[in-house]
Amino acid sequence: MEAKQLRFLIPLLSLLSALAVSSLIMVLADRDPLMIFGKMFQATLGSSYGSGQVVFRTTTLLLVGLAAAIPFQVRLFNIGAEGQLLMGAFAAAMTGAMLPATIPALVAIPLCTFSAMAAGAGWALLAGALKIQFGVNEVIGTIMLNFIAQGITGYLLTYHFALPSTVHTAPIATAAAIPTFDKVTGWFANAPANLSTLLAVGLALLLWMMLFRSRFGYEMRAAGLQPDAARYGGINAGMQALTAMSIGGAAAGLGAANIVLGYKHYYEAGMTGGIGFTGIAVALLAGAHPLWIIISALFFGFLEYGGLTVNTWIPKDIFMIIEAITIILVISFTALGKRLR
Amino acid sequence: MAVAVRLSALSKKFGSLAAINNVSLSVEEGTIHAIVGENGAGKSTLTKIIYGMHLPTSGELSIKGEALRFTSPREAIKAGIGMVHQHFMLIPELSVAENIILGHEGTSLFHRLPLKKAKSLIKKDAERYGLAVDPDALVASLSIGEQQRVEILKLLFRHAEIMIFDEPTAVLTPSETERFFVTLRSLRDTGKTIILITHKLDEVLAVSDTVSVMRKGEIVGTMPSASVTKEELAQMMVGRNVLLSVTNPAATPGEIILTINNLCYRTTRGEMKVQHLSLNVRAGEIYGIAGVEGNGQSELLQALWGIAPEGTIISGTATLKGASIIGKRPGDIALMGISHAPEDRLRHAVITEYTVFENLLFGQHRERSFHQGIGFNGPAIKRYAEKMIADYAIRCSSPENQPLGSLSGGNQQKVVLAREMSRPGISLLILAQPARGVDIGAIETIHNKIIEARDTGMAILLVSSELDEIIALSTRIGCIYKGSIRHEFSQAEVELKREAEHEFQKEIGLHIT
Repeated sequence: MEAKQLRFLIPLLSLLSALAVSSLIMVLADRDPLMIFGKMFQATLGSSYGSGQVVFRTTTLLLVGLAAAIPFQVRLFNIGAEGQLLMGAFAAAMTGAMLPATIPALVAIPLCTFSAMAAGAGWALLAGALKIQFGVNEVIGTIMLNFIAQGITGYLLTYHFALPSTVHTAPIATAAAIPTFDKVTGWFANAPANLSTLLAVGLALLLWMMLFRSRFGYEMRAAGLQPDAARYGGINAGMQALTAMSIGGAAAGLGAANIVLGYKHYYEAGMTGGIGFTGIAVALLAGAHPLWIIISALFFGFLEYGGLTVNTWIPKDIFMIIEAITIILVISFTALGKRLR
Repeated sequence: MAVAVRLSALSKKFGSLAAINNVSLSVEEGTIHAIVGENGAGKSTLTKIIYGMHLPTSGELSIKGEALRFTSPREAIKAGIGMVHQHFMLIPELSVAENIILGHEGTSLFHRLPLKKAKSLIKKDAERYGLAVDPDALVASLSIGEQQRVEILKLLFRHAEIMIFDEPTAVLTPSETERFFVTLRSLRDTGKTIILITHKLDEVLAVSDTVSVMRKGEIVGTMPSASVTKEELAQMMVGRNVLLSVTNPAATPGEIILTINNLCYRTTRGEMKVQHLSLNVRAGEIYGIAGVEGNGQSELLQALWGIAPEGTIISGTATLKGASIIGKRPGDIALMGISHAPEDRLRHAVITEYTVFENLLFGQHRERSFHQGIGFNGPAIKRYAEKMIADYAIRCSSPENQPLGSLSGGNQQKVVLAREMSRPGISLLILAQPARGVDIGAIETIHNKIIEARDTGMAILLVSSELDEIIALSTRIGCIYKGSIRHEFSQAEVELKREAEHEFQKEIGLHIT
């Protein structure tokens, strides 16, 4: 079979199999899968608010997915999107809180967004530098940096910046809030979906262009595929690794902006809820391809929010099973497809 | 005589591509049967089927009259078939004896290792077949020739009656090759059947009893080796009459382009790989470095391309028109006007997953003319790539989408050379083993292109372990031995001695061993 066809077929097949398995589990738990999936569709795609929730979650997932995918192009596993997300979120909230009330939105939003991206990028760059300079494996490095990010943000929040008897910081300046679609276009009534979504999709498109249509990505992918050859061709593989990590971290930072500037408007303990780790799954399902990540993130966003809506009938953990099975199947089917050819 | 291996109407398809097509062949017991053919002719696929690594799509394989169907090499080994791969399957950290018993450790987990048996076998067979090797030595400490002996001992330990050798001499020195042939003959004389895959025609004629020629997945002829000449074989392989030597009109060298003075290369382990090496290359000439591999050629190339491993100590100078090369990065060296086609093409010169187009661009991807806005300039790249493909006769079906890895070795090398030789503004071309793993038809194109480049005034440094290639192309020849140029033949000498190639080869041989 042609590689192109497989590319469509494998995820689809995996998804259908995963749905079948989870339906089976629902039946075993004495629930009607049709009813549950029906309710789920109703509560998400069938409602303006639900769709908005899905879009909001998809946006974060898309960005943390990119955070894993870009480093993967140079064969680095960025497990640190969660930590980069935390640092980005804290930076955005702090910047936003310190801005004067009179600042115009056109200055405030870019400033806060930029600080979130810079914090995320810096945190990822640290893991990259540890790898290049001292040979610290990036998996270990990013995981450790996740813990450190947790520690730093936790400490700063609890001891310095939390408002009395709360677990969150002071709200950001009103001008720094990224407007929701509800406010701008009237879509997604009251849902947290905000204009960051456009930024996220734009970033995915831009990264796709850069990866596959420009010298930038040509060198980066070459460094990942055959580092020795890249060196012969005058490409600095270490530099490519650092660049990829920073871009990944910046994407995670943008994800933090979506949460802090677009929705919460402050930093709160536990606000990321491990979504950074789901980003790895999003990237895996999409084969680390920036455009496929949009679809993959949508699928995860749908399950994440959809699972919540049917929680009264079936524990939402079942949807984690669907996610996990889909990924395992995608990887197995891909390996199988290669062997068959 | 009995037939050891019989293939009847065997075909193997990979997707829509037929790697071998309707092949029938009988290999008689107790003979050395050579299979020759260009790269991509299907030799490897054929042996992989016999060795159980591939299942045939159709057709039948029988061993000693019994129709068999191997689904894994394990079954083939049971049936008495052994294979020595081009890249040895040895574990360097283990001793010779431990390597030999690998896979035959005994059935129970705590079974005693049959090391004694292995050692006695080595003793017994060492003399019989000329396979002397210290059973307690670590494989890592052995020379390539000795490692090959270990591979053969492995087969003997498994009682292999049919032995397949895939390009066994590619890595051997001339004297090791001679010795290997002695071993092959004595193996045959004790009744073993040898299948020899090679593309070196001299060797086929020297050692084999029967030869089969493959072309495009089919066997185009099988005949006694004594009844055929090298030229006839070459002609059968490519399906047309090829010149085994290029026409090399006299060169008119100009000013000195590359000067290497007193270059030394000391590895992190303290070995002196290059010692006080001096040479110069002039514009419009090909300076050939002749030598057995491992005499400092690789290290010289590393030093010239700025990729010596960290911790290496390089002293002496290498200058391009007065500007120093040593200590620069590959990208900057390229910008100075130097192009390099490295020895290990697959590892260093190409990205196998990239398309043919993308590989033609590799290393030139910074040229402004290939860019437009933030991305690449598609049409400009297409024009350039298509010109290269036509100029160098690169055989591929859809270069825009086809990964380079799917091309044959010769065509991959053509991609590398096309790219490196056409870079704008280069004055020095460093070519390492340009014909390695390349089929005869492609060698001809490549050699003509090298001469053509020389005639445009390029300085060319050619490193090759194939003497006939060095003699055919070079304007001057430097013989490298233990890291120094031990002897240099002037232009006049080379032009004179080229007439009697065989004598010249012998003379060079004296300076490189």
